[in-house]
Amino acid sequence: MDILKFITAGSVDDGKSTLIGRLLYDSDSILTDQLEALHSSNRKNDDGSIDLAILTDGLKAEREQGITIDVAYKYFQTEKRKFIIADTPGHIQYTRNMVTGASNATLAIILIDARKGVIEQTIRHSYLVSLLGIQQVVVCVNKMDMVGYSEDVYNAIVCDYQKLAAKVELKNVYFIPVSALKGDNIVHPSVNINWYMGEALLPYLENIDLPVDNGTEHARLPVQWVIRPQTDELHDYRGYAGRVSSGSFKVNDQITVLPSGFTSSISKIELLDKEPTVALAGMSVTVHLTDDIDVGRGDVLVNTNYQPQISQLIESDLCWMDTRAMDTNQTYFIQHNSKVTRCKIQETLYKVNINTLEKEDSDEFKLNDIGRIIIKTAEPLVFDYYQNNKANGGAILIDSRTNLTVGALMLRAMAD
Amino acid sequence: MNSHLDYLDELEAEAIYILREVAGQFERPALLFSGGKDSITLVRLAEKAFRPGKFPFPLVHIDTGHNFAETIVYRDAMIGRLNEKLIIGYVQDSIDEGKVIEQQGKNASRNALQTVTLLDTIAKHKFDACIGGARRDEEKARAKERIFSVRDEFGQWDPKRQRPELWNIYNGKTHKGENVRVFPISNWTELDVWNYVRREKIELPSIYFAHERETIIRNGQLMAATPFLNMDEDDIIERRNVRFRTVGDMTCTAAVESDAYLIDDIIDEISVSKISERGARMDDKVSEAAMEDRKKGGYF
Repeated sequence: MDILKFITAGSVDDGKSTLIGRLLYDSDSILTDQLEALHSSNRKNDDGSIDLAILTDGLKAEREQGITIDVAYKYFQTEKRKFIIADTPGHIQYTRNMVTGASNATLAIILIDARKGVIEQTIRHSYLVSLLGIQQVVVCVNKMDMVGYSEDVYNAIVCDYQKLAAKVELKNVYFIPVSALKGDNIVHPSVNINWYMGEALLPYLENIDLPVDNGTEHARLPVQWVIRPQTDELHDYRGYAGRVSSGSFKVNDQITVLPSGFTSSISKIELLDKEPTVALAGMSVTVHLTDDIDVGRGDVLVNTNYQPQISQLIESDLCWMDTRAMDTNQTYFIQHNSKVTRCKIQETLYKVNINTLEKEDSDEFKLNDIGRIIIKTAEPLVFDYYQNNKANGGAILIDSRTNLTVGALMLRAMAD
Repeated sequence: MNSHLDYLDELEAEAIYILREVAGQFERPALLFSGGKDSITLVRLAEKAFRPGKFPFPLVHIDTGHNFAETIVYRDAMIGRLNEKLIIGYVQDSIDEGKVIEQQGKNASRNALQTVTLLDTIAKHKFDACIGGARRDEEKARAKERIFSVRDEFGQWDPKRQRPELWNIYNGKTHKGENVRVFPISNWTELDVWNYVRREKIELPSIYFAHERETIIRNGQLMAATPFLNMDEDDIIERRNVRFRTVGDMTCTAAVESDAYLIDDIIDEISVSKISERGARMDDKVSEAAMEDRKKGGYF
């Protein structure tokens, strides 16, 4: 059984929180005392039924305002799969939250209110999903109960969305007509929608194949920690500990340590008391090399035949995440996996109006702004282009004075 | 080869990754150990992360003095086997030093006092990061908690100033006096922990399994009969077959009637169980926002 991490993109009014509540409620993932709290709460729907959105609200302020203001993680599982939902707010002032939630998702549910169709927010959410490299999208056309379960209304929306999908380069889009409030096509097929021949949402989520990158071309192991017991029995033991971020490694593989360029081969792979011959993407292992070379935290082990990019001048997409605007005079830190070094903004290329998708000239990046810049780093970064390998193409900017994470970077091209 | 990791392998690998990031980023980390299944799981994960080397951090136990005896026995046996450092902060010392005042009456507990002892222990040893076994599914206020949760020098948590966590990149940079709480098993559910415990054959304190015990009913919940509860003649003691689903102090952990003696039985019970784990913890029931308020005050 594996894990599917997905985001839900929509707004309060689209019924997103109700949809998630319905997924949890109908799949029996809610426990009795949470159910009691649901029934005893003052918040009810207009028809008197319980407000399932309560299940996803966490912080006090939100419960009072009725709006979510952060990324909330919800967990449920069925017989087939474990699910992690990153519930992100839909309003434009929370773009950074959605970017954050999307960074680890392999699938996105985009909600459309059947009464409104494709709107500015839909464009924005779809753009962000594409920007963050999420390959699979499910468009839930919600509130079908309020448009008389009309097939014509649904088809018109599907048609509009397909044009948008082409524009933002989303290739795998699945459409489902739903009513989260009434439970149509969320967990069970709808009795009210007999013209829809596809799957309901939960079965779709359970069955979909997830992409996996276990080839050798992207074999990357960022070194986090060097294990050196230095005891009598294990005097010469030197293990490089890290998580295979993409690709796979085998014993005897020729590897290169970057950025130094030293080469060696893998003599042993360990995981506590086991010695697997292969380390796949996602595994946390300890690797031993045949040669005694200098390797430390921040270095990356790669397959010698398939090397990544190494550069100090990189063109990158950026989402600005701080209330203080980006400063091209300031030196930031950049963190890329286990590597941290200093970084300056060399040049701003353009900003994207994420409601219209137009590029604008701008030197100023404020909170939630998205665009493209060129960064210059004090030490070389060892990376893949984000569009080819998400696991090794993302980085964050840190303000050296506040220590806050102020920017999300997707490394896109060499700039030198 | 095109296979996904099994979900337990993926959760395990992620937790190990997070532990190693702590080792690499912080000068003086510590692992907060309570004797509960979550912190016991963390210890196993630390072995997987760092062996055959030593742990790059000591284990820290904040001893309220109201523990189940079985938990202390377990803790001491575990440390003997691991051969790692254990630091104990005693809430009784904080009481004796006048730093906290013991609650009185029937519903008294030392749960809230722990925070002071914890903060003092952190300050005394200058820990810059504390690893804990909290999970996001435990309770609503934890659903939004970061994996690296930055606290101020009073241990306080401001929800509006937490850092966004993108991809697998954890920003642990702090100013002097700040402290980071790290939660490697944030994405594990209660069921995940039990399945992992079963798979790894991890030994747990006996109180998790069904046993006969003297119990009383307090505020509608079953509690172990103990002098810590300030019992009087209104409390009727009865022997029952119970187990504890979560392990806090004896004064604030409720039991459930159970015949689950084996781990398979526990997992079956939990899978159909309708009371969420923290529902059995009376300290959370005080108000709807209890956990959130305590986190703002520096609690774990």
